[in-house]
Amino acid sequence: MKMEQSVCEPVCTVLREYACEQNILSKPDGSASFKQGDTSVLAGVYGPAEVKVNKEIYDRATLEVVIQPKVGMQSVRERAREQCVRETCEAALLSTLHPRSSLTLVLQVVHDDGSLLSCCLNAACMALMDAGLPMSRLFCGVTCAIDAESQIITDPTAQQEKECRALMTFAIDAKDRNVMMSSTRGSFSVEEE
Amino acid sequence: MGRESSVTMDTVHTCFKDKVGEVMLPGDVFSFAVSAEEDGVVKVEKLVCGPGLRRNGEEILVCKSGILRRKAPNLYWIDSQQKRYVPAKGECVIGIVTAKSGDIFKVDVGGSEQASLSYLAFEGATKRNRPNVQVGDLVYSQFIIANKDMEPELVCIDSCGRANGMGVFGADGLLFKVSLGLVRRLLAPQSEIVKDLEKIFPFEMVVGMNGRVWVKAKTIQQTLIVANLLESCENMTAQQRQTLFRRVAEGSL
Repeated sequence: MKMEQSVCEPVCTVLREYACEQNILSKPDGSASFKQGDTSVLAGVYGPAEVKVNKEIYDRATLEVVIQPKVGMQSVRERAREQCVRETCEAALLSTLHPRSSLTLVLQVVHDDGSLLSCCLNAACMALMDAGLPMSRLFCGVTCAIDAESQIITDPTAQQEKECRALMTFAIDAKDRNVMMSSTRGSFSVEEE
Repeated sequence: MGRESSVTMDTVHTCFKDKVGEVMLPGDVFSFAVSAEEDGVVKVEKLVCGPGLRRNGEEILVCKSGILRRKAPNLYWIDSQQKRYVPAKGECVIGIVTAKSGDIFKVDVGGSEQASLSYLAFEGATKRNRPNVQVGDLVYSQFIIANKDMEPELVCIDSCGRANGMGVFGADGLLFKVSLGLVRRLLAPQSEIVKDLEKIFPFEMVVGMNGRVWVKAKTIQQTLIVANLLESCENMTAQQRQTLFRRVAEGSL
């Protein structure tokens, strides 16, 4: 982490136009589509359903997250994102109400124009709500980028993400506004965070 | 259906009554501080939490998103929409027999695990007189054990030992799945949908609380028409539904 002299204020906290639709797929128990500008993610939730004996947990539900990229097979990048989404969902769901069951969350990237992880988090939260799974809180995802001039841009596009020097994604609890999960890339100072 | 937990708190009803009919989201909390009144007497009221509400010490937490409903005098619950069924004691469901193992049948009810149905749980069944149930049959039965820690168990008799409409059924007809909200509307005492549907042509219908509906009419075509109409009732207002039913009735005559 590089130490910076100046502490910068967020210049614009403008988010791109976002849209959400629930209950769009007929087969999954819950589904949602979330769009932030041009970035669009489709989420489907199945559960509580039967679980394989080697994957079952005796007192909680087993949550599996699968992120499918727009083209190609899953790579390490998708696995890292899956881990972030899974940890956030585990913290928000009341999984002790469905022991020895499985909850499967499938996210399909329809278009990626920046802020993909936060769009996945938002779509996941909407889909879990649509499926009627018991949750202790709702959460949302937001991405911030710090560019070369130390300006903070919220909800960056793919172009802004490429040119920035640091990129941070946070999952925030809707009730108490606490940070539930953070994923960062790049160099930035503690004040900026 | 819901878990009952009676909670004695102060000024509970006033906080809840204000919110009846409003949309609630997971994470909304009703917390009550028990404070002594002027004359030192603390008013104590009982509150019953239905589905979607959980008690968390001194607070009541909303865990599903939906509309807060109330049934006098003190029952509150969240009316939410779901497709997936979670077994609950006392509910009558349609199950499909998947396996016979020893003394029990394994029945698929659409939940997270298969339920078990003993072969002695039928009217007039004894060790020598086994019921005629094959793999793939439909059974209408009731849960006697259904909680998150144990395997669910079904029976096809009531507490007096009579079948009371339960058992194997469905020689012909069509089984299909709808959402749980539509099933609750169909099972309501004076269901508008069922009354409107009866006027078109006669049919038999079995509704399970796990979202499964079985219908049978005189011909295969009529059966399919009824099934399609029921599936489409999900997202229609009463007005649209009556127009659609009227069109179908005129078309088929």
